[in-house]
Amino acid sequence: MSRPDDRRVVITGIGVTAPGAIGTKNFWQLLTDGRTATRRISFFDPSPFRSQIAAEVDFDAELAGLTPQEIRRTDRAAQFAIVTAREAVEDSGLDLGALDPARTGVTIGSAVGATTGLDQEYRTVSDGGRLDVVDGTYAVPHLYNFLVPSSFATEVAWAVGAEGPSTVVSTGCTSGLDAVGYAAEVIRDGLADVMVAGATDAPISPITVACFDAIKATTARNDDPEHASRPFDASRNGFVLGEGCAVFVLERLDHARARGAHVYAEVAGYATRSNAFHMTGLRPDGREMAEAIRVALDEARLDADRVDYVNAHGSGTKQNDRHETAAFKASLGEHAYRTPVSSIKSMVGHSLGAIGSIEIAASALAMEHHVVPPTANLHTPDPECDLDYVPLTARDQLVDAVLSVGSGFGGFQSAVVLARPERSVR
Amino acid sequence: MSSTLPPFTLDDLRRVLREAAGADEGVDLDGDIRDADFDALGYESLALLETAGRIEREWGITLDDDTLGEARTPGALVDAVNAHLSAARAA
Amino acid sequence: MSARAVVTGLGVVSPNGLGLEEYWRNTLAGRSAVREVTRFDASSYPSRLAGEIDGFEAGEHLPGRLLPQTDRMTRLALVSADWALADAGVEPDDLPDYAAGVITASHSGGFEFGQHELKALWSKGGQYVSAYQSFAWFYAVNSGQISIRNKLRGPSSVVVSDQAGGLDAVAQARRQVRKGTSLVVSGGVDASLCSWGWVAQQAGGRLTTRHDPERAYVPFDAEASGHVPGEGGALLVVEDAEHARRRGAPRVYGEIAGHAATMDPRPGSDRAPGLRRAVELALADAGAAPGDVDVVFADAAAVPELDRIEAETLAEVFGPRGVPVTAPKTMTGRLYSGAAPLDLAAALLALRDGVIPPTVATRPAPSHALDLVTGAPRPARLRTALVLARGQGGFNSALVVRAAED
Repeated sequence: MSRPDDRRVVITGIGVTAPGAIGTKNFWQLLTDGRTATRRISFFDPSPFRSQIAAEVDFDAELAGLTPQEIRRTDRAAQFAIVTAREAVEDSGLDLGALDPARTGVTIGSAVGATTGLDQEYRTVSDGGRLDVVDGTYAVPHLYNFLVPSSFATEVAWAVGAEGPSTVVSTGCTSGLDAVGYAAEVIRDGLADVMVAGATDAPISPITVACFDAIKATTARNDDPEHASRPFDASRNGFVLGEGCAVFVLERLDHARARGAHVYAEVAGYATRSNAFHMTGLRPDGREMAEAIRVALDEARLDADRVDYVNAHGSGTKQNDRHETAAFKASLGEHAYRTPVSSIKSMVGHSLGAIGSIEIAASALAMEHHVVPPTANLHTPDPECDLDYVPLTARDQLVDAVLSVGSGFGGFQSAVVLARPERSVR
Repeated sequence: MSSTLPPFTLDDLRRVLREAAGADEGVDLDGDIRDADFDALGYESLALLETAGRIEREWGITLDDDTLGEARTPGALVDAVNAHLSAARAA
Repeated sequence: MSARAVVTGLGVVSPNGLGLEEYWRNTLAGRSAVREVTRFDASSYPSRLAGEIDGFEAGEHLPGRLLPQTDRMTRLALVSADWALADAGVEPDDLPDYAAGVITASHSGGFEFGQHELKALWSKGGQYVSAYQSFAWFYAVNSGQISIRNKLRGPSSVVVSDQAGGLDAVAQARRQVRKGTSLVVSGGVDASLCSWGWVAQQAGGRLTTRHDPERAYVPFDAEASGHVPGEGGALLVVEDAEHARRRGAPRVYGEIAGHAATMDPRPGSDRAPGLRRAVELALADAGAAPGDVDVVFADAAAVPELDRIEAETLAEVFGPRGVPVTAPKTMTGRLYSGAAPLDLAAALLALRDGVIPPTVATRPAPSHALDLVTGAPRPARLRTALVLARGQGGFNSALVVRAAED
């Protein structure tokens, strides 16, 4: 039996700020062209570091329409969120003036918050690390906004005039999936009609690069930055750090229909499980991710063989790509071999908490255009990764239901199922 | 400078392991651990990465990924570090 | 009808008491832990007082392997979770896979660990940064480490809504229980008492610059001048009532009966603040009338404008001096994401023992029209408590707890 329309949550607006692509349209063009936005780090001199590559956003806060005060009081990740939320709202056709602020909320995912701002400010207040007792005299006045990432939710709430339930969800690299899942649950519980939900991260700073160097999680393919992110390829040797943001307008299906909104997709199922195994390690059998997938499909009332496209976590680390390949086989059975699986991290890098939402955007756009984005740089698949990873070139095909998954430090394993709301349900 | 460094010993490794990753209460790190598997001693890959990072800094060498992956016991890691140290002395 | 979510276990790490009963004894006795900062040299800063936890030796409670990879707040959280599960009589190993999760609130993560690694980076170089920096400081670390230590594979999450997050986390735990999870370890524990965290907190503009511990953090007082920060918090076992009954849980402290979260309007708006809406929605969610509420654990910001809003809200909803109000956090300082869960623990203990813990230090300004419980604990017949929490940036959260049915 189907859920009533007032318990169904749909995406009616999308905003994306991604490496190589500001705005949803440019983002989709980049993905379907199979272009990569990874390059040698330009934000600071990366030469002292092991990994010197990142997927950077060419972002000008003023050009993006932020006011001088917004710029002054925010970290780069918050700036992404404000701009991207505005794009999503505009895309949704919502009239903010007509919206009930009390019934509108915000959920923003972020793995590392204002880490870039904190890195820069620490350097200043500690005088280059010399002071143990740091000197706050030289800190930016809005340092508190960097300290606590809930300032991101505040900024988005102010930008869209939301006064309903609002928070930041911070579950490492699944934050972008979990924020959307959280917001969908808030709507289903009847606590809001509209949620502006998504995720943002801007972690390309020396401290982040150094900590991933220390665990050799990022690739050191420094002589070939454009081809450094190689999910599922036998030659992969780590992920490429990225940054960016995606934000959605989520609303109840009946609310969307009443105002004649365009519906991209229903957030039909969501689940998260923990591997309770290791803060950074993954169990090779992928069983907790498989469980999250099963529960999300069940919530969507969708049989596994109805999944038309799997948007993979596909970070390009040795352990991840095998882990999730095993999880797909365990949860989708034989259908795992028949359904296309791709990783857009091959093109836009791994923006930690933000990427889950960016991947949901890619998934919704795949449904919108009936095109599956490719996995770039995939020439020789790892023999242990033996699914159809859509190498190099986008593929035209019917896409009515998408599974998007993520896996993060802390052991979080999350799955989101998008589907057409008019689908027949089992 | 590196030519004057003494060889890397099992006791050096014990100290670095304790600093880098602590010690499992059920393991006698001071016992005969040379040929014990790191897993059995309670050290997983992350602990070994932190340990290797500290060795690299203190002894001024760079251990490649393969060295780390292949050294499954304290004895093997001590030998690998010493091989790097002699290479550095010869250079 | 969806499952009722009850609290069956409490783990408390507070500046005025490590462990539930020590905390409660000291709280009823009005013992404050507010004092000059000892953790680092704060003498050059405008704000110099804090609620610090003494006598916490992580090595006595946690395996040696965990210590190099954990910030102080994570160690406190792990021990607090251990105590909460033990108090609930739960052996995590006995639970089926995926039956239990961890949903905590965070504020600023493992900030002291972060300061150490930032110092290594900028004073010595990138290769001196710890491998554990990749997670030890980040906001998800407490949920992750608690789930690993206790093998809890169910739905886990982390919310950040400044100092309101602790209640939002418990509400999210209730949501998961209603969706079928048997139990969730939930709440929050924070500790950012390091020089770098201090400077960032001062920048928020809400720390008092008074130096007399007896008169520094005085919410609802005519001399209110901001708060004193502290460290610690509480973790709760939030459990499906039926699951608790079936396994013969040793006790049920109370039910998470209602919750609501709202945002204040953007600055410059002439719209009303969101606190009243949060209170009314939480009461409605609990099916409670204002007259059903026997005690309010106030947010108690000690910022004059915020005190006024809270006092007016309470007067509007409950009538002038219409309900007993208290703020035991005056004894601990504000514990960021840990503050509201600790208040929640205090509220549940108040229901259990029929006594309202006092607010210390404050001399309530008559203009606030509050029945603030000061000086000594007040015995009362208590069945329903309202806990309020607000966060910088406009977060309001209200949670209603009700005594367990006998």
